[in-house]
Amino acid sequence: MNDIAVEARNAVKTFGQGDHAVRALDDVSVTIRKGEFFTLLGPSGCGKTTLLRLIAGFEMPTGGQILLDGADITDLPPNKRPVNTVFQSYALFPHLTVAENVGFGLEMLNRPKAEVRQTTERMLALVKLEALAGRKTSQLSGGQQQRVALARALAPQPKVLLLDEPLSALDLKLRKEMQTELKRLQHETGITFIFVTHDQEEALTMSDRIGVMSAGKIQQIGSPRDIYTRPVNRFVASFIGESNFLPATIVQGAARLGSGHSLAVEGLTPVDEGRKVTLAVRPEQVRLTAEDEADTIRATVRDLVYFGTDTHCHLMLSDGEEVVARLQSPASGDAGLSEGQIVGLRLAPGAVQVLGD
Amino acid sequence: MSAAEDAVRAANTRNAWALVTPALILLTFAASGPLLIVLVYSFLTPGQYGNVEWIFSLDAWIGILFTKDIFDETYKLADAHLTIFWRSVKLSFLTTVITFAIGFPTAWFIATRPPRSRALWLFLITIPFWTNLLIRTFAINEVIRNEGLLNTFLIWLGVIERPIQIVYTDVAVLIGMAYVYLPLMVLPLFAAIDRFDMRLLEAGYDLYASRWRVLRRVILPIVKPGIVAGSILVFVPSLGAYVTPRVLGGGKNMMIGNFIELQFGQARNWPLGAALSMTLLMIVMVALLFYVRAASKGSNPHG
Amino acid sequence: MADRSFSVSRIPGFAAVAILAFVILYLPIFTLVIYAFNASKSIAVWEGFSLQWFEAAWANRQVKEATLRSLIIASSASVIATTVATMAALGTTRRAAFKGQTFVYVMINQPLMVPEIVTAVALLIFFASIKVATGYQGLGYLIAAHSAFCVPFAYLPIRARLEGMDLSLETAAADLYATPWRTFRRVTLPLLLPGIIAGAMLAFVISLDDVVITEFVKSGGQDTLPTYMLGQLRRAITPEVNAISTALLVLTVLLLSAFFLLTRKKE
Repeated sequence: MNDIAVEARNAVKTFGQGDHAVRALDDVSVTIRKGEFFTLLGPSGCGKTTLLRLIAGFEMPTGGQILLDGADITDLPPNKRPVNTVFQSYALFPHLTVAENVGFGLEMLNRPKAEVRQTTERMLALVKLEALAGRKTSQLSGGQQQRVALARALAPQPKVLLLDEPLSALDLKLRKEMQTELKRLQHETGITFIFVTHDQEEALTMSDRIGVMSAGKIQQIGSPRDIYTRPVNRFVASFIGESNFLPATIVQGAARLGSGHSLAVEGLTPVDEGRKVTLAVRPEQVRLTAEDEADTIRATVRDLVYFGTDTHCHLMLSDGEEVVARLQSPASGDAGLSEGQIVGLRLAPGAVQVLGD
Repeated sequence: MSAAEDAVRAANTRNAWALVTPALILLTFAASGPLLIVLVYSFLTPGQYGNVEWIFSLDAWIGILFTKDIFDETYKLADAHLTIFWRSVKLSFLTTVITFAIGFPTAWFIATRPPRSRALWLFLITIPFWTNLLIRTFAINEVIRNEGLLNTFLIWLGVIERPIQIVYTDVAVLIGMAYVYLPLMVLPLFAAIDRFDMRLLEAGYDLYASRWRVLRRVILPIVKPGIVAGSILVFVPSLGAYVTPRVLGGGKNMMIGNFIELQFGQARNWPLGAALSMTLLMIVMVALLFYVRAASKGSNPHG
Repeated sequence: MADRSFSVSRIPGFAAVAILAFVILYLPIFTLVIYAFNASKSIAVWEGFSLQWFEAAWANRQVKEATLRSLIIASSASVIATTVATMAALGTTRRAAFKGQTFVYVMINQPLMVPEIVTAVALLIFFASIKVATGYQGLGYLIAAHSAFCVPFAYLPIRARLEGMDLSLETAAADLYATPWRTFRRVTLPLLLPGIIAGAMLAFVISLDDVVITEFVKSGGQDTLPTYMLGQLRRAITPEVNAISTALLVLTVLLLSAFFLLTRKKE
C-alpha cells in the first residue's frame, strides 16, 4: 500500500555562498498523501515557495531528496516531472490564445491533436471558460486569467498540482469565490493539491492538512483544527489566530501562574514537574465572571475595544501579565463592563495549551 | 553545495559562454583584435611604398611630438603636429560647450512637455541622431557655403555685400560638429532630466530660491551624470572626427582623424599613423574612465 | 495646469532656445531635400520643381552599383550582427552572473567606445595583410567589419526586450513538459521577436550610414553609397547628391518609425 504522493526527505536549500549564504530550507521532511489538499502556510521568506519549487524541479536541493510516488525525482528537470504549477503571476503565454495555453502541456507531451483539442475543451468547461477559448490572455480579467492558469496546469492530468499563492492577486470577493472553486476542482479531479499561502484563513478553510513553516523549517503539520486548537509552539499559536501567552511553572501536575493561581492543564507527564512553560490561551476561550466566584483569577479591566460582533477586553492580572478576552457583543452593544472594574477570569482546562519552546 | 546544484551552475556557465562565443569571435576578428596589430605597427619602420618594414623603431612615437633635423639629428617640437592636436582639442571642447548651451534648454524643454507630445519631440531629436553623418554634414554645408542659404539670405537682407567665407575654416568645422553632434548631447541630458523629480523645484522655490539659484543649486547638481554623459558622448567622437573636418575644413584644417588618414595615404608613414591612432585611443579611454568615475560618484539619488 | 501663472518647471528662455535648436536641426535637412527637386543644375538657384536629379542618379551606373552594394552589405551585416547579438543577449541576460561577464560586456560594446577612425585604421592594416596572404578581395571584409560594429546596436534592443520578459513564462513552459529547445522555439523566440527585428533594423541603418570604416576597408571599385557621395563632395557638387541623400533619408526615417512602433511599450 502506498498512499504517499510527494515526500521531501531532509530537504536543504541554500542560496548564495560564503557569508551571504541564506538557508531557505533547513532540513525539511514532509509527506503529502494522495488526493489530499495540503497547504504550506507561513510568512514571506519562510521557505514555503522554495519547497514548492524543489518539488516542481525549478530549483535543485542543496541536500536531501524529493520523492514522487516513491520514486526519487531529485535530479529530474521540471519538464520530466508529472507535476504542474499554477504560478503566482499566472505566467500565461501572452502570444498564445486561451485554448493554446491550456493545450500547451499536452502538445509538449506529443499527444494526438484530437486528444489535445478534446482535453482542452473539457478543461475549459471545467473552469467555465468555453466562451473565451479564442481570446488572447491579455484580454482577460484577473479572475479569468486565474482560471486559465488552473485549466492549463490541470490539462496534462498531473499527479500533483502545485499552487503558488494563486489567489494573492485577486480582490477579496473574487478570492472567496476562487477558494470554493478550487475545493470543487480538487474534489472533481481527485488530484493532490499542494497549496502555498501566507493567508491563515485561506489555509484553514481549504486544507485537509496544513504544514506551518517558519525560518526554513516546518513548525507543525496537522489538520486545520489541530493546528488552531493545539499549536505546538509560540510561533504557530501567534501566526494562526490570536493568543494570550502566560508564563507558568508546572507544580504538582498543574500550571502555576505568576499571580499564584494554579490552572489545570492536559497532557502533562511527571518529567514536566518544575519546568517553566508558556501557556497559550485563545482570546475567545477566556470567560469573565464575578470576581468572587470560586476558581477564578482576579483581573482588572484596563481597556475595552469595540469590534462590532465582538468586544475585546484587555485585562491585567495581579502580577502585571496582560490577557485579552474576546467577548461577543450583546444586542445592546454594551458589555456591561467598565475600565478599572475588577472581574473574575476563568480558563477551562481544554482551553489552555502548554507550549514547547 | 550538492552535485546537482553544481551541475546546474556549470551547465549554466557553459551555456552562457557557448551563446556569447560567436559574438566574441566576430568582434575579436573585426574590431578588437586588429587594435593590437595597430599597437605593434606603431613600433615598426615605415615601408617605402606604404605598409611597414619589420624593424623595431620608436621613431613613430617620438614623431608624434618631435621632428628630427635631417642635418644635425636633433629633435625639435613638431609645430605642425601640435597645431593639429591643439585644433582638435580646442574644436572638440568648443563643440561640447556649444552643444551643451543649446542642448540643455532643449532637453529641458522636451522633458517638461506633456507625456503625449514629449514622445514626438523626442522622436524629432532621434531622427537626426540616426541620420547619416555624411548627409547631415552635407546639409549644413548647403547652409554655410558661399552660395549657401545663409550667405544668400544675408546678401538679400543687405547686411553684407559679398559672401562671408565660412567653409574651409575652423569655424565651419566647429559649426558642422556642433550641428552633427547636438543630438548626442540632448539624449543623455533628456534621460537625466526626465528622471528629475519636479517637486524638488517646488521645494526650492518654497525655500526662497530664485529661478537662477534653483537652476544652479538644485537642477544642475542632480542632473550632473547626464551632463557628464552628454559631454563625453560629444567630446569623444569630436576628437576622432574625420568626415566633418574633411568636408567642411577642406584639406588644410585637419584634425587628428584626418592627420591619421594622411599617414596611411599620401604621407605613407603607417607607423606614425598607428602611433597617432593609439594616442587617440588612449585619450578616449582616459575620458571614458573619467566618465565612469564621475557617473558612479555623482550618481543621482533619484535615479 | 497650462495656464497656471507660475510653472515651477518653466525656465525663461529655454523654450526659445529649444525651438531654435529644432529649427537649426531641420532647416539644413529641409534645404537639402528641397534642392534635390530643383530643376536647375546649380544647387544655389531654385528654378522649379523637377525629378530629374533622381532620374539622373538612378541612371548613373556607379550610383546603382553602390546602392546595390550598400544594400547587400547592410542586409548581410544586419543578419549576422543580429544573430550573434541575439545569442549574446540570451547568454548575458536573466541568468546568474558568470565569471568574465564584464569582459563580454566590454567586448560587445567596444565598437561604441573606440573612435571609428582608429577601428578603420586597424582594419585597414589587418585586412591588407589578409588580402595579400589569401588574394581574396571581395565584399567579405566589408561585411565582416560592418557586422562587428553593428553588434552593439543589435544587442541593445534585444537585451532590453529580454530583460522585460517574465522569466516565469519559460519556467511555466518547462513545467508543462517543454524541452529547453521547444521552450526556446515556442515561448522565448516568439516573445523576443520584436526586439530582434528592432535590433536588425538598427543594425541595418548603422551599416547603411557608415562612411569612415568603409572608406578604409574597401578595395578598389567597392564604393558604397556613402563613400560614393564622399567622393562626389570633393568635386563640383550637383543636386544628384541631394537626390541620393534624400532617398537615404527617407529610408532611414521609415526604418526608424517602424523601429519605434515595434519597441513602443504597450498601453
